[in-house]
Amino acid sequence: MKALRSLLLCGLIAAGLVFPARSASLVADLSNHLVAITSGFVGVDVLLFGTVDEPGDIVVVVRGPERAQPVLRKSNVAGLWINTARMTFESAPAFYFIASNRPLEEIAEPSVLSANQFGVAHLQLGLPPGRAGGRAAQEWREALIRNKQRQGLYVREPAGISILGQRLFRTSVHLPSNVPPGLYRAETYVLQDGQVVAAQTTPLSISKLGMEADLFSFAHEQPAAYGAIAVLAALMAGWLAHLLFRRN
Amino acid sequence: MQIYLPIAEVSVNVFLLLGLGGIIGFLSGVFGVGGGFLMTPLLIFIGIPPPVAVATQANNVIASSVSGCFSQWSRGNVDFKMGLILLVGGFAGSTIGVALFSLLQSLGQIDLVINLSYVVLLGTVGTLMLIEGARALVMRRRKVTAGKLHTHNWLHGLPLKTRFRQSRLYISALLPFTIGFGVGVLSAIMGVGGAFVLVPLMIYLLGMPTAIVVGTSLFQIIFVSINVTFLHAIQNQTVDVVLALLLTVGGVIGAQYGSRAGAKLPGEALRLLLGILILAVAVRLSLELIVPPEDIYSLGTPS
Repeated sequence: MKALRSLLLCGLIAAGLVFPARSASLVADLSNHLVAITSGFVGVDVLLFGTVDEPGDIVVVVRGPERAQPVLRKSNVAGLWINTARMTFESAPAFYFIASNRPLEEIAEPSVLSANQFGVAHLQLGLPPGRAGGRAAQEWREALIRNKQRQGLYVREPAGISILGQRLFRTSVHLPSNVPPGLYRAETYVLQDGQVVAAQTTPLSISKLGMEADLFSFAHEQPAAYGAIAVLAALMAGWLAHLLFRRN
Repeated sequence: MQIYLPIAEVSVNVFLLLGLGGIIGFLSGVFGVGGGFLMTPLLIFIGIPPPVAVATQANNVIASSVSGCFSQWSRGNVDFKMGLILLVGGFAGSTIGVALFSLLQSLGQIDLVINLSYVVLLGTVGTLMLIEGARALVMRRRKVTAGKLHTHNWLHGLPLKTRFRQSRLYISALLPFTIGFGVGVLSAIMGVGGAFVLVPLMIYLLGMPTAIVVGTSLFQIIFVSINVTFLHAIQNQTVDVVLALLLTVGGVIGAQYGSRAGAKLPGEALRLLLGILILAVAVRLSLELIVPPEDIYSLGTPS
């Protein structure tokens, strides 16, 4: 991913060199930089807003942390549907959201969309080369995206961005209740004549807070103590129930 | 009111969980079984990841068996010697079971194995109970003379013969050990106490007096569930204490009403009903294996 990002940066610099006159100044921010997953968490909408000093198209991408994501495929074995094949994508973002002020195809050429990973179709997921080629690779890719979309973690259709007076823009990013915790990036791009002329990245941290976070880290860092407490709590509950029963 | 479960990492309605615990508690009170075999599939059905459902249900089993065992113990219905040998087998079985669980999880086959174990086991037990229940209903009408109380077969030729005073038995210690072992494996993989397998085996295979069977099986189940919960917590980090607590609270209240209702129903009808219930769960689970899935692709656990 690092290589990719520096490639992107090179692309931006190159674009700047070729069209030195074109550089828009962009300021964007999120209504919320820290989303806390607490016991009542049911998902949240985060507002991304900003201003640009020249008219242009705006694209907003929000990406979750990249992780190795296995995809399983079932087939019918002796009448039963069983997982029989497995493909691991090395760096699939846990979450992907994109918004633009007009359809992406109208904003830029496919090559530009692809270079900037605009749209789920252009996501780079790190499918190991050689494990699957051509048609099969495409099917695994589509399966990953389809499943992520079903979970509400990848956007189905690019969301809209409203622009006010050609300078102010805003969009709302929905984070569902099952959003995986981690460090997210909200990227804002300004495009003119189908080329990226300005970009800004804003970090967004999604983390469990309070009792949930404490219990989760306790369970993972001191599993033996956690297990012992879980057992003791159950024993106590059973004993209390026995006392209650006897009274009646 | 939604609550975010810290280990399962999903938001679930609190009242749904309390209600689920209550209904299963009620049924377990009526039928005198733990109800784990119903709870684990239902938890998976409402969206709890299967490994979390299994491990958390094992934790829940501890609470329900402790309260049951106390009352059996106070009536002197626990054969501790038999329980201890069952337990040694249970410890070995559940330890191997949890290791097997981790292995299957890494292979991506745990959901299949959990589902398949339920279908096979519930299908068999449910069918047997239906046959038995129907026969008992018929027998009550015909008043058939009782057969021989005790028959000798090859099982009585096994070595390590031990005397179990309270159960009035002189049988090989290998028998309860093997039964304990098998139920221990089931407990680790299915998140059940295993009473619905253990009790029939103790009555029909070991020939234990029915009065002592329930207390002794609960004694074994408590310690095996402790082992299962503890090992799942250590190896898989899948025990959700918040989920377990909500289920236990619902279960305790439900069981109280259930046992009152159960006392008013005749035994044979009860067994027949339980058999139908078990078969229904088995059929529901087998459909998931047989009906073509909506999407043959699914996501594994990211790392």
